[in-house]
Amino acid sequence: MTTPPLTREQCLDLYYFMRLNRELEEQMARLFRQNKILGGLYSSFGQEAISVGTAYALAPGDWIAPMIRNIGALLVRGFKPREVLTQHMAKFTSPTQGKDGTSHVADLKTRHVVAPSSMLGDLIPIMTGVAMAGRYLGQTIVAMTWIGDGGTSTGVFHEGLNLAAVQKAPLVLIVENNQFAYATPVERQVPLKNLADRARAFGMESANVDGNDVIAVERAARQAVAHARAGNGPVLIEAKTMRMRGHAQHDAAEYVPQELLDRWKQRDPLARHEKFLTENKFWDADQKKEIDERIAREIHSDVEFAESSPFPPPESAAQGVYCDGCHTVEALWRRSKEEAMPPRSSEKPVGREMLPPRAGGSSPESPSKPAKKSPKKSPKKSGGTKIPAKAGR
Amino acid sequence: MSETTYLDAIRQALFEEMERDPAVVLMGEDVGSYGGAFKVSEGLMERFGRERVIDTPISESAIVGAAIGMGYAGLRPVAEMQFIDFIACCFNIITNYAAKSHYLWGAPVPLVLRGPCGGGVHGGPFHSANPEMYFAHTPGLKIVCPATAHDAKGLLKSAIRDNNPVLFFEHKFLYRRVKEELPAADYTVPIGKAVVRREGRDLTILSYAAMLHVSLDAAAELAKEGIDAEVVDLRTLLPLDRETILASVRKTNKLLVVHEDTRTGGIAGEIAAVVTESAFEDLDGPIRRVTSIDTPVPYSPPLEDFFRPNAAKVVAAARELAHY
Repeated sequence: MTTPPLTREQCLDLYYFMRLNRELEEQMARLFRQNKILGGLYSSFGQEAISVGTAYALAPGDWIAPMIRNIGALLVRGFKPREVLTQHMAKFTSPTQGKDGTSHVADLKTRHVVAPSSMLGDLIPIMTGVAMAGRYLGQTIVAMTWIGDGGTSTGVFHEGLNLAAVQKAPLVLIVENNQFAYATPVERQVPLKNLADRARAFGMESANVDGNDVIAVERAARQAVAHARAGNGPVLIEAKTMRMRGHAQHDAAEYVPQELLDRWKQRDPLARHEKFLTENKFWDADQKKEIDERIAREIHSDVEFAESSPFPPPESAAQGVYCDGCHTVEALWRRSKEEAMPPRSSEKPVGREMLPPRAGGSSPESPSKPAKKSPKKSPKKSGGTKIPAKAGR
Repeated sequence: MSETTYLDAIRQALFEEMERDPAVVLMGEDVGSYGGAFKVSEGLMERFGRERVIDTPISESAIVGAAIGMGYAGLRPVAEMQFIDFIACCFNIITNYAAKSHYLWGAPVPLVLRGPCGGGVHGGPFHSANPEMYFAHTPGLKIVCPATAHDAKGLLKSAIRDNNPVLFFEHKFLYRRVKEELPAADYTVPIGKAVVRREGRDLTILSYAAMLHVSLDAAAELAKEGIDAEVVDLRTLLPLDRETILASVRKTNKLLVVHEDTRTGGIAGEIAAVVTESAFEDLDGPIRRVTSIDTPVPYSPPLEDFFRPNAAKVVAAARELAHY
């Protein structure tokens, strides 16, 4: 698949979002030190190319589910610094009205954002469901989500990817390999050199990319998105990078060798992209200054907004457990509903021997054999309960 | 007009909701071509197609996760646990994700998670669970435990149309053992409403699911002794219908709670707290409970019979309470 190069404007966009991502998080680190951010603060310093480059490869109708180090993806999808700031500062004006923190925000209807939780891997089956629903509704969406190197060891990571692969769901999973899961280095988590090899267990496409090169990340993501959108199934991209700060603000990360940090500092994604823009004559010093000043103004005014925002009224803690009609559930149909309804949806029962052969598998059984309605019984679910057909009461 | 079993009532609810709304889809292990382990979904794949009746891998967390995502995209997914015991495999994504989604993020999860629960059929310790109370402690979920064919159909329709995650516990002992004539027209039964199944004056027996029938049997037995028991069917455990519970206790002044779930942490404890908080002055005796004992569900018939409540155990406890 050929991927045309990005235009100058697009390359400048990538710079804008990466710089906004970094400056916003640096601002939040200051707010944390001032006790104005109360809970966890997870830095993506040095990983901005991944959040920004992957999300930038999506089309407007696509769905994302970011993780905690993907503020950059939220910004690309239209979230404003003030939403991120109020969220971290637990203000009533935040997207969750103070009920949740970090990047845990959702916007299903407009920006198609699904919230992360702290239980790693859950977003993979959830976004597989989004992708399957989109296909069913006749949309041509792709669902994208992210996970760290540590999260690839959870059970639901494997359950979710297996389901996505067997369903050929239009899902793109970005594995951000930042070398550490909290304090445990990747080589003590996973017996693989490349986390992209996780995909081989599910027969799905995968790729490896330098996570500190935003142009390469964007290109790999665009190819994956096109592959998934065309109905060819899910794709896993491993983006190698380095977590340049602690797990969260409280963590000095003394367990990370300084030499490793020094090496990765030479590969800082923002410095590299700036060099790329300069070498390609996409900007000059004045243009860079103009972008940087715009970002500074934006952050400054949004910090003011967040600081002057009130905390939520205490009694609002008791509200919103259930949806009592306050939100609507509406499917966006992009094909005729009649196709999804009988008689057009109806089909003959399919027995094993009527299914097409698996790719590379054995040939189907004789088609003359009558369809048997009792396929394999899993050993786990053995001991099926017999219930007499007679009504006992 | 012929009678419909509890199992067929559930199938009818699925069938009719899928006919009514193309956003309703069903997914789970062997629910498609095979029609489900108990044949609850038999014929649905043929009628609605494999896009709407989806056979999944043995991956309970992925089933629930995908259903959450489908709900986000505007569908109304029904996910089946082949046996409700397997719901423990996806405890995290239900309690940490689905249940919190609306409260935290304003993102409703219109999900129904249904499956066969309960014992009495010698299914053994991994095919007989009553796990409702693990979830009754989780704000954001709704928990429905129908006892009759009429309620099974009407409550499942309500659950499918609800914007919240509803856990729908189908008692497998009842699947083919209870039946009744159902209304021909579309109807629903509201979630969160208990119902008085038998009026009485002397004491209230509160129960749900299979134990409702045990309680009604016991009430018939007690009537022969001149004890007039009122029997209330909870139907929904979360949110709990406090009004109906309290109204009955205020009338009879005595309360016996009967459930098949094990004793410690069963719903009887919560009901006892609600009643002593709000109707202590109305009580003429201690709140009593008849429950399964605090063990796993044993396999061998004499062991399981010892484990579970039955009409004789309910009669004995009710008699003692009535004479208190």
